[in-house]
Amino acid sequence: MLITCPYCGPRDVIEFTYQGDGNRERPDPASQNFEAWNAYVYDRLNPAGDHNELWQHSGGCRAHLRVVRNTLTHEISSVAFARGNHAPAARRKSEDKP
Amino acid sequence: MVERLSPLEPEFHVGSHGNFEHGVEILLTETRPGSIVQLAAWPGEEKKLIAAIRAVTGLALPDGAGGGLSEGVKAVFGFAPGKFTVSDEAEGLAHAFAKAVTPAIGTVTDLSHGRTAIRIAGPKAEWVLAKFFAIDFALPAFPVGAGRSTVHHDVFAQIQRTGTDQFDIYVFRSFARSFWKALCHASEEVGYEVQ
Ligand SMILES: [Zn+2]
Repeated sequence: MLITCPYCGPRDVIEFTYQGDGNRERPDPASQNFEAWNAYVYDRLNPAGDHNELWQHSGGCRAHLRVVRNTLTHEISSVAFARGNHAPAARRKSEDKP
Repeated sequence: MVERLSPLEPEFHVGSHGNFEHGVEILLTETRPGSIVQLAAWPGEEKKLIAAIRAVTGLALPDGAGGGLSEGVKAVFGFAPGKFTVSDEAEGLAHAFAKAVTPAIGTVTDLSHGRTAIRIAGPKAEWVLAKFFAIDFALPAFPVGAGRSTVHHDVFAQIQRTGTDQFDIYVFRSFARSFWKALCHASEEVGYEVQ
């Protein structure tokens, strides 16, 4: 499986580390909303098809990436830097305290 | 300044080795730069960092991911978004950058004692490196001056092409001796010389 890093170009999957389901919304660290934490830790869509994922190019530029991978075919339809709208730091700033 | 010892020392054997009866096709050396520095720009500050690199080293970075250049004594290349490795034969580069790269622009990390720079040159350099790293070493895909971040198993490596058949590889100092040994073994089939 090849992942085309936006910085490094196409690289073998061994250079990347899977960082989990990209659909999760991490609650504010101070939040005591247990349902939200439960959903963050346990709830997964587990789709048979396109799946939003987070990967890190750990054996390369070390950038965190948002990847859309098909769980049936391993086809990767999109790769983008995670930095930006979806970066945790930016989200924490814009989100209201629970 | 403190005298720096090479981590390759016990395995650094000057001379020709391997299958060199028909000529040596690989030249292995340790470049021992006095300074190896990593620079990182905060998001949006990349242009200011590139200007600081030019002010300190005189090197004008080309555009694009992994872009870089080497003029023999000094070298610079991008290895990640907004991040650059700079090396210099002379010591003191980190000190110069600490003045030019203000805290508002980014960070300066002195890796002069943390990395070992190994140079592989010769007509079979691409051939030998292709046994280690799953990246495209062909000249059109990896132009002279450009840099690449990759791994050989768990040994992280930054590679800069410093000539059409010459590459400088920066590895962790603690892994350098075993990486060097592996590089020597991989060069045996084509004949190599250590200088
Ligand atoms: Zn990358």
